[in-house]
Amino acid sequence: MNHLISIDDLSRPGIEWILDRAESFAEVAGREIKKVPALRGRTVVNLFYEASTRTSSSFELAAKRLSADVVSIRSVGSSVDKGESLKDTVETLSAYDPAAIVIRSPDVGAAQLVASWTAAAVINAGDGKHEHPTQALLDVFTLRRKLGSLDGARIWIVGDVLHSRVARSNILAFNRMGADVTVCGPPTLLPREIESLGCAATATLERLHEADVVYVLRMQQERMRESFVPSLREYAIRYQIDTARLRAEQILMHPGPVNRGVELSAEAIDSPQALIGEQVKAGVAVRMAVLYELLVGAPALAMAA
Amino acid sequence: MLPRLYHHPAAPAELLITGAHVVDPRAQLDEVHDILVRDGHIAELGSPGSLPAPAGAGVLDATGKHAFPGFVDPHVHLRTPGQEYKEDLETGTAAAAAGGFCAVIAMPNTSPVVDDAAILGSLVQHAGRAARVPVGFLASITRGLRGEELTEMAELRDAGALGFTDDGKPVVSAGMLRKALQYQRLAGGVIALHEEDPALSGDGVMHEGAVSARLGLAGIPTLSESTMVARDAALARYEDARVHFLHLSCSESVQALAQAKQAGARVSAEACPHHLTLTDDAVRGLDSRFKMNPPLRTDGDRRALVEALRSGVIDCVATDHAPHARHEKEAPFERAPMGTTGLETAFAALFTELVLAGELTLPTLIERMTAGAAVYELAPPRIAPGDPANLCIVDLREQFEVGADGYASRSQNCCFHGRALRGPVMLTLAAGQVAFRARMLTEAGTGAVAL
Repeated sequence: MNHLISIDDLSRPGIEWILDRAESFAEVAGREIKKVPALRGRTVVNLFYEASTRTSSSFELAAKRLSADVVSIRSVGSSVDKGESLKDTVETLSAYDPAAIVIRSPDVGAAQLVASWTAAAVINAGDGKHEHPTQALLDVFTLRRKLGSLDGARIWIVGDVLHSRVARSNILAFNRMGADVTVCGPPTLLPREIESLGCAATATLERLHEADVVYVLRMQQERMRESFVPSLREYAIRYQIDTARLRAEQILMHPGPVNRGVELSAEAIDSPQALIGEQVKAGVAVRMAVLYELLVGAPALAMAA
Repeated sequence: MLPRLYHHPAAPAELLITGAHVVDPRAQLDEVHDILVRDGHIAELGSPGSLPAPAGAGVLDATGKHAFPGFVDPHVHLRTPGQEYKEDLETGTAAAAAGGFCAVIAMPNTSPVVDDAAILGSLVQHAGRAARVPVGFLASITRGLRGEELTEMAELRDAGALGFTDDGKPVVSAGMLRKALQYQRLAGGVIALHEEDPALSGDGVMHEGAVSARLGLAGIPTLSESTMVARDAALARYEDARVHFLHLSCSESVQALAQAKQAGARVSAEACPHHLTLTDDAVRGLDSRFKMNPPLRTDGDRRALVEALRSGVIDCVATDHAPHARHEKEAPFERAPMGTTGLETAFAALFTELVLAGELTLPTLIERMTAGAAVYELAPPRIAPGDPANLCIVDLREQFEVGADGYASRSQNCCFHGRALRGPVMLTLAAGQVAFRARMLTEAGTGAVAL
């Protein structure tokens, strides 16, 4: 196992091992010189076929803080034969003998395909609506810091579950860490049989008060045009998380970027119970840990599920 | 031999097959026989050792092997004209022969679409030069498969069309289909339907269910198919038209079909080896070989299809052989084209997964693999004296790995690739000619067998 494609690649001890490693890298972030020599002389390629600010900058910084040489390639287009050119691109990049390829793609399974074409370790930075495993790891990291343990935590994931790779990876990761997951959203945006991933599903916020953690997903404008919801106004009335709906003890999370006034109210975003900034910070440490374990360590990923 | 089937004529077979266990439910045969083929016809069946080899005839010792009537595949994509890089008439019919098929029926969704008599005429001529087994052609129902205007169905029938289909696409408009069904009274020919409501299937790439929820792939719900089966069965009944449902994939469609048959509608249906043996669980690995339309469904659907095939509610097996080039399939799942090849593995897959598993008997499987002929008003092949030699010799004891020795098809996108299956085809006679013989037959010093 030398790739991170899916949360299914990781057992609970594997996740904990990575997060423990991330704790030590988080400590590096507090130093004046935020750099360790772990990957000196090795090359990390960031291959982003989708617009991304957070994930790409976070991976780039993570690799640089490990002293790797970093090549970042952005190819955001809509060419229909991306599958073909993806293979060509990967073969070209493999000639540089990279230690790792980080890939973000609009296509489900892209990271897995890349892994079959290269000797480098492949990290899935988001493949279509499938998975975003490092986001899930950084969310678990953030929650673990806050709660100590996710065991028995009741986590609600609210919003557009149908189109969300974050939702899928997080349901799996939260479950694996012992949490009790409920997804909530308009019935048009909940995949049929989503319960088979090991979560409850509901279309109303009625029992939101039962949650310890409220994890809100991004609601995209185009869902309205596609008639998944009649209007963002009605969506906001039914599903927006605001300070009136949140209990003071509840933790609020969001993978970003936030649509203010749609899925979250401005007050909720800025409230002390929101961990959104912590999540971003955790991203660098967790991605350092993933790169480190894949390229230097490996015991964590050997503990595959 | 049969009307509206076209192939390259070659020397008729002269062959004595000895000791084969003949299973032909239509001829009520299930016993060991010698089969004498003379001048491309089955001359005589005799008890083992009773028939002497005539001078000049080859002899094949088939002791321990089975002889079946040649299979008929009512649904293949031979990609000619226009996409010969995927398959052509020669490679496609070579794949058919390698799978024990003695006749196949080709779909018209080529480039250009087979929607006028000139295109069909050139295909018929081409088949006369290139087809190793007889090929029948369907023409499209609507011009360019656009669902807007009828083709010249009567002229297409005169040019050799066995029937009509827009396969690959549904006829979305009920009004359009109704006109085609009415016009069938003039033109004749079965109308075969790919049932899918695009408003429900949307941009789906696999079955909608637990696996699509897990993978984040857009799903195709079963009712995208079953509601159209129900709609078109009602149209067929109203117009007393003859309709065939292509590649049914789910339990709800089977129910709609059974109800239509019970009500007296003149409808028939086929099911594919992949839908009869695999489920959407196979898609979890995101291997695009498992991407086809209709998609692999649940085990409940699979079992409903097997039961319908067993009971005869579904009339026949069809492969929906859909070759695609390697570079096309080697793409992320959502971008890869739909379809799997199937001609070379159909019998072995169904024998291994259904007969050996006790879900279907061997005679029933043989009946259903030949019944595709009747759908298109052709006489199903029989192993009977006087009939043209359409048969295959299969070794049911032998196991082989799919694809290990390559494929006769130009394409490799077989959903059974790498599987161990029982029952390789050793020899195929189609329209009285040797269409295929396994490499081991040619190698094993069958110099005695001047096939």
